[in-house]
Amino acid sequence: MAKQVRAVVISGNGTNCEREVANACRLAGAEVVDILHVAELLAGHARLDDYHFLNLAGGFLDGDDLGSAKAGANRLIHAAVKGSEETLSDQLQRFIADGKLIMGVCNGFQLMTKMGLLPALGGDYKKQSATLTFNDGGRFEDRWCYLKVDRESPCVFTRGLDGIYLPVRHGEGKFVVESEHVLREMELKHLAVVRYSDAAYKSPVMEYPLNPNGSIAAIAGVCDESGRLFGLMPHPEAYVHRTHHPRWTREPDLPEEGMGLLLYINAVKYVRENLL
Amino acid sequence: MAWRIVVGLKDSVRDARGERVRREIREHLGIELQAVRTIDVYTVDAQLSGEEVAAAAAGPFCDPIIQDYAINKPLAHDFDVLVEVGFRPGVTDNVGRTAREAIQYQTGRTFAEGEGVYTSVQYLLSGEISVEDAERITRDFLGNGLIQRWDIVARSEFDQSKGIQITVPKVTSSSKPAIRPVDLDISDDELMEISRQGMLALSLEEMKAIQFYFRQDEVIAARKQVGLGAMPTDAELEALAQTWSEHCKHKIFAARIEYEDDQGRQEVINSLFKSYIMQVTADVRKAKGKKDICLSVFKDNAGVIKFNDDWSLVFKVETHNSPSALDPYGGALTGIVGCNRDPFGTGMGARLMFNTDVFCFASPFYDKPLPPRLLHPRRIFEGVVEGVEHGGNKSGIPTVNGSIVFDDRFAGKPLVYCGTGAIMPRMLNGRPGHEKQARIGDRIVMVGGRVGKDGIHGATFSSEELHEGSPVTAVQIGDPITQRRMFDFLIIARDRGLYNAITDNGAGGLSSSVGEMSEDTGGFEMHLDRAPLKYSGLQPWEILISEAQERMTLAVPPEKLEEFSTLAAEMGVEVSDLGQFTDSGYFHCLYNGETATYLPMEFIHDGVPQMLIAARWTPPALQEPDFTQPLDMDATLRHLLGRLDVCSKESVVRRYDHEVQGGTVIKPLVGVANDGPSDAAVLRPLFDSFEGVVVAHGICPGYSDIDTYHMMANAIDEGLRNYVAVGGNIEHVAGLDNFCWCDPVASEKTPDGEYKAAQLVRANQALYNYCLAFGVPLISGKDSMKNDYMIGDTKISIPPTVLFSVIGKIDDLRKAVSMDAKAPGDLVYLLGQTRNELGGSEYYAMYHKIGCNVPQVDAETAMLRYRTINAAQAEGLLASCHDLSDGGLGVALAETAFAGGFGLHVDLNQVPVDAVMREDKLLYSESASRLLVTVKPDNQNRFEALFAGQVFACIGQVANDEYLKIVGLKGETLVRSTIGDLKEAWQSPLREM
Repeated sequence: MAKQVRAVVISGNGTNCEREVANACRLAGAEVVDILHVAELLAGHARLDDYHFLNLAGGFLDGDDLGSAKAGANRLIHAAVKGSEETLSDQLQRFIADGKLIMGVCNGFQLMTKMGLLPALGGDYKKQSATLTFNDGGRFEDRWCYLKVDRESPCVFTRGLDGIYLPVRHGEGKFVVESEHVLREMELKHLAVVRYSDAAYKSPVMEYPLNPNGSIAAIAGVCDESGRLFGLMPHPEAYVHRTHHPRWTREPDLPEEGMGLLLYINAVKYVRENLL
Repeated sequence: MAWRIVVGLKDSVRDARGERVRREIREHLGIELQAVRTIDVYTVDAQLSGEEVAAAAAGPFCDPIIQDYAINKPLAHDFDVLVEVGFRPGVTDNVGRTAREAIQYQTGRTFAEGEGVYTSVQYLLSGEISVEDAERITRDFLGNGLIQRWDIVARSEFDQSKGIQITVPKVTSSSKPAIRPVDLDISDDELMEISRQGMLALSLEEMKAIQFYFRQDEVIAARKQVGLGAMPTDAELEALAQTWSEHCKHKIFAARIEYEDDQGRQEVINSLFKSYIMQVTADVRKAKGKKDICLSVFKDNAGVIKFNDDWSLVFKVETHNSPSALDPYGGALTGIVGCNRDPFGTGMGARLMFNTDVFCFASPFYDKPLPPRLLHPRRIFEGVVEGVEHGGNKSGIPTVNGSIVFDDRFAGKPLVYCGTGAIMPRMLNGRPGHEKQARIGDRIVMVGGRVGKDGIHGATFSSEELHEGSPVTAVQIGDPITQRRMFDFLIIARDRGLYNAITDNGAGGLSSSVGEMSEDTGGFEMHLDRAPLKYSGLQPWEILISEAQERMTLAVPPEKLEEFSTLAAEMGVEVSDLGQFTDSGYFHCLYNGETATYLPMEFIHDGVPQMLIAARWTPPALQEPDFTQPLDMDATLRHLLGRLDVCSKESVVRRYDHEVQGGTVIKPLVGVANDGPSDAAVLRPLFDSFEGVVVAHGICPGYSDIDTYHMMANAIDEGLRNYVAVGGNIEHVAGLDNFCWCDPVASEKTPDGEYKAAQLVRANQALYNYCLAFGVPLISGKDSMKNDYMIGDTKISIPPTVLFSVIGKIDDLRKAVSMDAKAPGDLVYLLGQTRNELGGSEYYAMYHKIGCNVPQVDAETAMLRYRTINAAQAEGLLASCHDLSDGGLGVALAETAFAGGFGLHVDLNQVPVDAVMREDKLLYSESASRLLVTVKPDNQNRFEALFAGQVFACIGQVANDEYLKIVGLKGETLVRSTIGDLKEAWQSPLREM
């Protein structure tokens, strides 16, 4: 069998963006892209071990009824995989230890943060040290945002990028940390990968609407110290073609490939160079 | 025992939800509070250990970074009045359901029957308010007495050690399920009393038809064989009432109508539905021949048309008016997730692709006294928008198109139109995807949620005007997540060929869904006791007609049942086998082996007597208003831009996810600052193709006060105009008609019934004439005929309103056009003739006038124009294209300019007219079928050649400045406003909603 980049998107119980995330993985060149319902994983019909690149897609896990992704995180931590001694969380921890890639978008980012997968300071992937809570405006919003990329971040997904333009679509996107210490560590280690910024991607912005939710330090996305785990509130899968751009009818020079696709291309490239 | 877990934000964390509540209390009620903080309460009524409860509180219920929790003691402190709002027993509690599941995952044990988690929210109000103020805040804003209960405690009375007392809102019932006979051998008055008391909404004629049926000897004999007496059972009467309801049977559209027009010409119409709606579709399809795009019309839950060789499009639009009047949030949420089930339950099932939302409200700034039982329009606005937001966003379906129409008569009944589009394979497992058929012997399988008292009498309730006794059970709350799980499961089951037919459980519940499906086989046998219940104590008839949400009914072949059930169990979806489809000829329900209903299929489906309605058209006596042209035309334009029907709805649009699924190519907000008003939506449904779906609509109830014929014509034209503006192919488009009327049957309560019925006839005549002329088939629709409010002497009837939705195709979505001006120097063209047609216009409404010159649609020239626009779009000649509707040319110019971020300089002398007209009328006439386009100078010749021979003119140019400049008929500057000022006037009215 030829060497194949294998990507997976978990769906079910309220994920909504699995199809377009899978499409982004395919466009980025992954040879195998599967959408797996979490029930298939819990029934033991499929295993995370068979993949290199795990995607946690946007949506409203369990309706975000206990707070965004809270009930979803609880399921992954406690639900047993049939025919084995492990939980899905155990499979996830092994996935991380194997040096593989995880990207969580929107609800997927909320899920990763609440499980402790991000920012996971000191490599502790089980201790929650940050969260995402209600936007300062108190409402869900769909709005395109400019994101300034930290060039010194270890994040493998944003390599070579300075700025990205993507839509946010959330009601609970305000990034908050447990303590000043966590924020300092994150900044020191360049884990705050993308921040809401001005249209020229010059500096982070705290003011609404450029910063749509009031996130501290304008943080929109976070990686772990390895750079292989990445989560962000804006939706990269929502801008993979020029016609996704809200002004494509008036900006004829936009490249065919959307900016969000570049994150997936980086991921696939990383897998090809490091994991095959 | 019951435990009470409270979870609140740490004192150092900003409470954005509380701040929003504080802001809204100020805006809705004018009460200024210092602060509002919120606390979530979980009442856990289950056998759990103290450690297990503590683990739930610390784990899934509490976010340790920002929240604290307490068990059986309060967190609340530093407030003046505490309000706790929870649900009444039996109301859907989605958060409670998720909380229960979370505990089950933690403990590994399933809750026992009767155990549960119930949620409520505490609002800690700080400020100088009394308990009476807090009661008002709760009653008029925080809670809804129909579905919620509350405790209000002042700080001085609050017990800091115990907090609020534990309440478990569990449904308790001591009633024993039984099948009860109902004696119909009684007087007419008593028959009507049974109909009224039982919320059956059956007329005397209908009650008598039922009475007659049960008196027949052969009926009595047949019933004896199944152990039934001569009297109908309660379940039979309820099933008949559901099936014969206006909501399900469309009795007014099926009525025999004797119509007389103003010339005294008389005509008998045997069913408006058959004579106009079905007929025009048949005629259009015949005329189109091989180019017919219809696949399934009027026979399924939604209409189906071709998209390409491999895929079909499915579209349905519903209304959910009555429930939204009582509980705007729950009503609208249920409306949208209920509408989702229609395309999903069409053919073998379809993948949901987009939602549309159109609302008709009274002004949110309404400041007159409201009649009893009506909620303030602002509250309805807020609740409906939030309901649709949750329903659409949580279901992962983008809301791509909509509008909000304002008229104070909608205070009596708001209109809430919810539409859902979907896509399905042309062929599925070797059969057309849009076809389905239950077979004899197939199992009747109910999938999804459980049965409760929710929505009992929903179908009959919406068939009546709002009155004092409207039942609480008619209100329900949708559950998008349970539905999403069910859909995820069903789409896999569909692709594996595990069922033969599917339909949704909406109005009338199992009675309707199984009743309709069994028409395929000619009968069924269903065991009501096998349906899983939310709580015990339901009567057999309640199980039969419950409208509990998130349920589908399927016909599953017996040999596939095991595979079907196994897959469902794996995916956490409940399924139950209720019986089988038969060819017995009977609607046969049993409860614990005892027959509960035994009605012949033909009687239940065709036994309802045809209604007879008189209709007489007398044109209203109206005149054109007499006023002089205002001096300050800049102020006039700003004023018009700020009118509720015209102004920006951005604050609402942004609350809907309009991009999920990654296919929204022309979004609702467009232009240089992503905030201009798009005419229509373009979607890319397939990742491997650039073929696009185009969705638009037209709605203009303002013209109904003059003539519903032209209201209908203009709604059709507006829908198509918007559709064509973005690039929709006028040869590949279908329409959906959703009628919302006031009661058109003459009676004591409705003395003007003959006029209202004539309005209905005229709208249908226009529907036939214009759909035929435009070649647009109708594929689905719905009617809601009792949109009146009547309590005491107060009657409010809505203006007759038809939403005309359109769906179609653009062959290459990369050629789609948006409405914003693109570049300085581009030429501005007006397509179509401007006439003195301001009757029912926004401009006259600004002067509180109606006028009489209602716009008239010339379909022939319009059709040629739309075809030519398509040709110009295909060649890439249009830089922008915007339809002229409310506020006419003036508004369209302003919108094109500020959405594009450029000035526009135009000369009114160039506007094509049929007769000399005053400048203000030229600017604000609402003549139909007109569009404003901008064209690059390079494309001028080719563009003008394409339109040669048609009415059009170059009226100006896009300017490299910030002014909208309009030169008047004498060459003077009539309007000179900055686009910033115009945009501000347009954005400010609803910005804070």
